[in-house]
Amino acid sequence: MNRERLWRLARHSGTRLLGGALVLWVTATLAFFGLKLVPGDPALSILGTGNPTAETIAAFNHEYGLDEPLAVQYALYFERLLRGDLGMSYAQHSAVAGIVAGQVGATFQLTLSALLTAWVIVLAWTLLTAGRRGWWSGLGSGVETVAAALPPFWLAILLLAIFAFGLHLFPPAGSDGLRTLILPSLALALPLAGFIGQVTRESLEITLEQPFVLTARTRGVGDWAVRWRHALRHSVLPGLSLSGWAIGALISGDVVVELIFSRKGLGRQLVQAVQVRDLPLTIGITLVVAIGFVLANWLVDLIYNLVDPRLGRNIQ
Amino acid sequence: MSDASLRIPGRAVRWSALLAASFLVFLLLAAVLPRLFTANDPLASVPEAAFHAPGWEYWFGTDQSGRDIFSRVIYGVRQSLTIGLLAVALAMSIALPLGLAAGLTGGWLARGIGWVIEVLFAFPAMVLALLFVAIFGGGIGPLIIATGLGTSPGYARMVRGQVLSVRNSGYIEAARALGHPPSRIIRRQLLPNAMRPLVVVATMGIGQTVVWSSALSFLGLGAKPPAPEWGTMLSVGQDFIANAWWLTFFPGLFIVLTTLSTTVVGRFLQRRLEGRV
Amino acid sequence: MNGNALIIEQLSIRFGSRPVVANLSLNLRPGKAIALVGESGAGKSITARSLVGLAGNGATVEARRLQYGDRDLLTLSEREWRHVRGKEIGFVLQDALGSLDPLRPVGKEILEALIAHRWGRRRGRWNRVIELLNWVGVPDPEVRARQRSGELSGGLRQRALIASALALNPGLIVADEPTTALDATVQAQILGVLQQIKARGDSLLLISHDLGVVAHLADEVLVLRHGEVVEQGPTEQILRAPRHPYTQTLIDALPSAHPRGSRLSSERRAVPVVRRTPEIADPLLLEVNHVAKRYRGPDHVWREAVEDVSFTLQAGRTLGIVGESGSGKTTVARVVLGLLEPDSGSVRFGGRTWNGALDAKVHERQRQPWRHEMAVIYQDPLSSFDPRWNVGQILADALPVGRFSGSERDARIAQLLQQVRLTVDLASRRPLQLSGGQRQRIAIARAIAVRPRLIVCDEPVSALDVSVQAQVLDLLADLQDELGVAYLFISHDLSVIRHVSDDILVMNQGRVVESGSARQVFEAPEHAYTRRLFAASRTTTLGLDATAKPLAKQPSIPCLEGNLE
Repeated sequence: MNRERLWRLARHSGTRLLGGALVLWVTATLAFFGLKLVPGDPALSILGTGNPTAETIAAFNHEYGLDEPLAVQYALYFERLLRGDLGMSYAQHSAVAGIVAGQVGATFQLTLSALLTAWVIVLAWTLLTAGRRGWWSGLGSGVETVAAALPPFWLAILLLAIFAFGLHLFPPAGSDGLRTLILPSLALALPLAGFIGQVTRESLEITLEQPFVLTARTRGVGDWAVRWRHALRHSVLPGLSLSGWAIGALISGDVVVELIFSRKGLGRQLVQAVQVRDLPLTIGITLVVAIGFVLANWLVDLIYNLVDPRLGRNIQ
Repeated sequence: MSDASLRIPGRAVRWSALLAASFLVFLLLAAVLPRLFTANDPLASVPEAAFHAPGWEYWFGTDQSGRDIFSRVIYGVRQSLTIGLLAVALAMSIALPLGLAAGLTGGWLARGIGWVIEVLFAFPAMVLALLFVAIFGGGIGPLIIATGLGTSPGYARMVRGQVLSVRNSGYIEAARALGHPPSRIIRRQLLPNAMRPLVVVATMGIGQTVVWSSALSFLGLGAKPPAPEWGTMLSVGQDFIANAWWLTFFPGLFIVLTTLSTTVVGRFLQRRLEGRV
Repeated sequence: MNGNALIIEQLSIRFGSRPVVANLSLNLRPGKAIALVGESGAGKSITARSLVGLAGNGATVEARRLQYGDRDLLTLSEREWRHVRGKEIGFVLQDALGSLDPLRPVGKEILEALIAHRWGRRRGRWNRVIELLNWVGVPDPEVRARQRSGELSGGLRQRALIASALALNPGLIVADEPTTALDATVQAQILGVLQQIKARGDSLLLISHDLGVVAHLADEVLVLRHGEVVEQGPTEQILRAPRHPYTQTLIDALPSAHPRGSRLSSERRAVPVVRRTPEIADPLLLEVNHVAKRYRGPDHVWREAVEDVSFTLQAGRTLGIVGESGSGKTTVARVVLGLLEPDSGSVRFGGRTWNGALDAKVHERQRQPWRHEMAVIYQDPLSSFDPRWNVGQILADALPVGRFSGSERDARIAQLLQQVRLTVDLASRRPLQLSGGQRQRIAIARAIAVRPRLIVCDEPVSALDVSVQAQVLDLLADLQDELGVAYLFISHDLSVIRHVSDDILVMNQGRVVESGSARQVFEAPEHAYTRRLFAASRTTTLGLDATAKPLAKQPSIPCLEGNLE
């Protein structure tokens, strides 16, 4: 990769990163106002039961700057955010940042493995079955449609029932080690593979009919080599651009899967927080998710540009 | 050079669409006239009949309180479909103005709205929905609103894309060259052409929202037990998965079949629209 | 270089029970070139592909004999085909932008052929790639080899594509429409490369819909129609003394072979019409003054700019604008139509200010009352039709609102269809079901529905088969006689322009390089670019004098054959 291309890529990525920062800022601001809007006294919620006296409440408010004008509170809020202080959890009476830090690793692990598994399945399945004579292609497409329609939570329960309780192949709960990762990843990966598979398959079949594929064949290149060397790069493009959305969908799925498999993770924390209306924790998790999601999208965009360097450079 | 044998035979597509459509009709009937399919009361608790495996008497078995799961699933159709339809309606009513605004205006306004849509679209919708529920509490009403809100960016994105592509098309330019005023072009040609695929998307969307709302109920944030809602049933049945798989299998199966049917029918309509079938 | 001959006897190809090619025979000897000529659907491409075993999964290829050298091509397995393709028979497709992988550098594409046949070693292979690019005339081959096809100009791309086909020195090259979609000057250069290939002793099988292109290269011509060979013989004979009426139609249809005013097709007018003389006191219909425009497309690439373009057009006459891609002719059309606002300069139409820049800006509402005096037809009529509408609705949309009652409207639609020589029952059909020629006629009917004084024709026949092109050009000529309408005719095809125009404008890179009456410009071109354009065109078409002129000589590169093996 020559220097010029590197430079263009860097510039493009930098712009995207800036855009991402903007998204985060907006999210944080919305979170701030969301907290303000909710009825209820934060002081009472955090100090818990026990009828705190008026002085205690006043002291609390002063310490947290809740008696300052709104603009000052906003500035304080951001200052704390940038320091990594996400506030105090109502329910757990400890720093949100600490809670999140403990859980984020497991969720990240799950999301990443699900995404990679999904892609491996997609590539293998479509390369094998797309563009073939007879009923192969139709079968492949049908399988993908069904897979995409499976809700992750139902699939998770099924997998749990069959492989954990039924066949005793995998542990039904837990967050450590590879064996606990397999079933939850599959539950998320299979429906995702269905989605991405559909667009990739369609793209692959269109690509295989392109003139440049024909030209490759006329050079004496075999069918498998044509798929691998030419068609693959083109056909992953739509799937790649979907990956940004896919990560969002995976995070959504994490929530239920972590619950079902009793895994450590932000998803489970989030649900529990929501169930007891623990707003700081909810918002804290949302913010962390937003950060992760922005970074992941930026990475996906970078990869896309590496695979397809064509943006705006062609001679018309 | 295209090879005819590479495509799925048209017949198979038509048959699967027919099958899917029949299932949807069945669902509609079940929603409106559940008594047609089952005589049992979905809420009647019969402790002696608890945990019956699926068999001749109870097609889908019974749950921990002896309730007939088949009738619960049937009565659940009404819940799920209502939530699905309302949520899609809500989502569309947000998405249409947003998408149209992004597509029809120009300059920074269009770019700004477009960017907002993109960001909202990719953001994990579940997190947004949970945030909403956290602030406003659980229950069917917030469930519908949360689902509608969560899925609307996807539709807005589609509307915007459609409007933009039609706007730049050859026939719109030809209409301009014919001298038609912009209001006439938008009204007579741009809007009808841009909105055509939306019917298809809305159909597929119903299936998606059913999954969504089931997920939220599963988390305990939507309908509460003993309501015969599929997601809730799954959540309750989870505890008994080791011994009584049918509590979770059948409600889940129906969720899958609903999604599958709406997807298949939707895709068939789409191919019809594009003239490929 | 080898002495293999391609022998085909009674080749027939069918898809299931549907025959696509029947009874084709030819004998191609080394150092010779044979051309398969015909319109779309004639079966030429699939014949070519069956020679490399790529006719497609559903095709059945049968022949009494299909032999290259001593290889029987009918009985090859897929693995044996892989040895033949690229090594013994090379294949060149049209439109290198799509025929070379847009994501890979062209050097890698050429390398692929060498790797597939396990030729040489790593270092040697890259040298060979550079050598090949040199041979086909690509300047700076080391730099170019690392660029992707989208970064090269049309001519260089096509040369790179040819290079990849030549990589292993196959003795037979099959070229499927190698010069379509290329500008005239580039076409001539590519034909030069093909001539080089022939000169070194390889045999060439050319596929083309364009008789003019093959005339200078082919020794023998086969004319195909609907899969059958209607005529076959030496080129000279086919062109000068064709025996089959279809061949004659193809030759007749070539606009370059006929002067202005003569008919290209056999369509006759229903009733002879007296040519309407334009009113003598007509002022200039269209005046374009010093128009300049630069603009960016949606992908932030500067689109064709035009600078200081001025011309006039009188009522009832045809002004032809000719230029290659990027010359700015489409931009000019859009400025004239008022769809684009110029950066400077102005347009006057019918004596009124029609379009202008900055403070002389003209709003669409100001043009509104006279909008109907200007109409347009495009290269691709299908994309200019609302996809929901049938023919009747498309035409009705063009009629003035409210002025027609239901039955009056239907009558007018019927009248329009008749004027463009279509039957009235087409009004209920949809454009997707019609042929390219029919669609263009509907576009023309829509254009004349508003009774315009000027019609802007933007490459209206470029996408049509030669015989259909002939009919449409005749129709346009007839309509001009009947209605006294003026044409602004834009095309890259010099022979078409020559046939239709009263006056000509030659454009290059956004500027007008030459203008004048057609006769003047064609007989005595002044500008160097114009002369180059005409020279290139002569090598790819049948001129009025139809003598084969020698091709523009390329600097001769010593044939590197000795080292190529």
